[in-house]
Amino acid sequence: MNKEKQNCQHKTSAVKLYFHYISVKIRCMMQYKKSFILTSLGQFLSSFNAFVGIFFLFRRFHSIAGYTYSDVLFCYSIVVMEFSLAECVARGFDSFSRIVRQGTFDRIMTRPRNEILQVLGDNFEPTRLSKMLQAIVIFGYGISRSGTDWDFIKVITVILTVICGTAVFCGIFLINASLCFFTMEGLEVINIFTDGAREYGQYPIDVYGKRMTRFCTFVIPYTLVQLYPLQFITGRSDNILFAFLPVAALLFLLPCYALWRFGVRKYKSAGS
Amino acid sequence: MIVVKNIRKTYRVTKRNAGFSEAVKSFFKRDYETVTALDNISFSINDGETVGYIGPNGAGKSTTIKILSGILTPDSGECLVDGRIPWKNRIGHVARIGVVFGQRSQIWWDVPVVDSFELLKDIYSIPADIYSRNKNELTELLDLGEILRTPARQLSLGQRMRCELAASLLHSPDILFLDEPTIGLDAVSKIAVREFIVKLNRERKTTIILTTHDMQDIEAITKRVILIGKGKILLDGDISEISGKGDIDRTVAELYRSYEI
Repeated sequence: MNKEKQNCQHKTSAVKLYFHYISVKIRCMMQYKKSFILTSLGQFLSSFNAFVGIFFLFRRFHSIAGYTYSDVLFCYSIVVMEFSLAECVARGFDSFSRIVRQGTFDRIMTRPRNEILQVLGDNFEPTRLSKMLQAIVIFGYGISRSGTDWDFIKVITVILTVICGTAVFCGIFLINASLCFFTMEGLEVINIFTDGAREYGQYPIDVYGKRMTRFCTFVIPYTLVQLYPLQFITGRSDNILFAFLPVAALLFLLPCYALWRFGVRKYKSAGS
Repeated sequence: MIVVKNIRKTYRVTKRNAGFSEAVKSFFKRDYETVTALDNISFSINDGETVGYIGPNGAGKSTTIKILSGILTPDSGECLVDGRIPWKNRIGHVARIGVVFGQRSQIWWDVPVVDSFELLKDIYSIPADIYSRNKNELTELLDLGEILRTPARQLSLGQRMRCELAASLLHSPDILFLDEPTIGLDAVSKIAVREFIVKLNRERKTTIILTTHDMQDIEAITKRVILIGKGKILLDGDISEISGKGDIDRTVAELYRSYEI
């Protein structure tokens, strides 16, 4: 065996490995064509009712707390995009209790790679992207109805918002996963912050009052990836800081990651 | 070289009696019991050895394997595997070992086996030339051939176990841990697996650590046996100490009885 040669050669990059995982995952799914198509369709339709709700609400009322129909559509579509991307990427965290209880995590530990990379790569869930597609359609519809003047910075803001918002949701999924190390079962209560956020995130968060806004800024930074960039994009505020505020939401990932490390340490000392 | 010194590992398990009211009671107040899985065990294994690690269910075999493969951290004690502390430097350690869990698959269910191999190549960063040499060698030795192009879910248990063995050896590990590799296999597959492991040890000098309840496995593969019971090492010696005295299953059962485990 050529041990020396193997030791000095470079590691396959994490990015390449991640895409290799995804490619295998998609190959797996293609084995079950009907299931793939129907799940995607189901995902596409499932969040559609929220849009219908907004639609009928605004047939009767023309604005909610000063926000127009197109503002709300914009908000809704951004949150759904963030959520569905996070579900697609971080599905492994969402179903982590299964991974721990079935002992799959032991297998992950016996492979010379970062645990998170393996959990995410192995549980990539492309069917959730159909929800994303639906959100993009509504986003386009919202834009076409609003009179927003688009410029370069605003486009960047939208992209940043979606990326960082996805990260926030991934962070919450990560908390959920970390707690499985302690409880074995997933905690339904975490869904308040994931599914719940998707539901109440349809409306700009300051609709719910000051306290809620504060909680959603300093505890879980939803407003940074929803309310503030929205205010900048719709021209309610010309504070350029709001355009780049989504990036600050990434700080949320630090405590989530710390909790995860703590959980892994606990797992190593107690087993499953 | 594996050196294990005074390793101790305890678990806390919950206890309650049967029945609904007991379940409710335990919801509020739980009785814990500390179970000592490993009680100051020590042994060392040289490079290229074949060791059968035996003992009744719940004796601490899996716990030992999990500690040696970096999954678990012991409460106290020292352990060095080729100079590495398994739980301190997990990634560096597991790159040099292979682990086969008989009850748990490591190949992807819905893709042809060769796709799983390709993914493992990236997970272990195996250089292309070593990968293809190992793959060809293992394909020949384990008679994988056409099997490699079949999705794992459509394989028989015996075929799958052969693939599992190959999958855990693609990165040419120095040490191979086998946790009940022949469980549920038919006679032909069992013999194929055993012969392969013997050959692997002879030709590649891979250290083999085997846990099993199948004493024929032990007789066929290992030269040394370590017997563990109630977290303690009760016997550590040459296979000849237990084999060659008639039916090996009876001899071992007798042994378990004499140690009251």
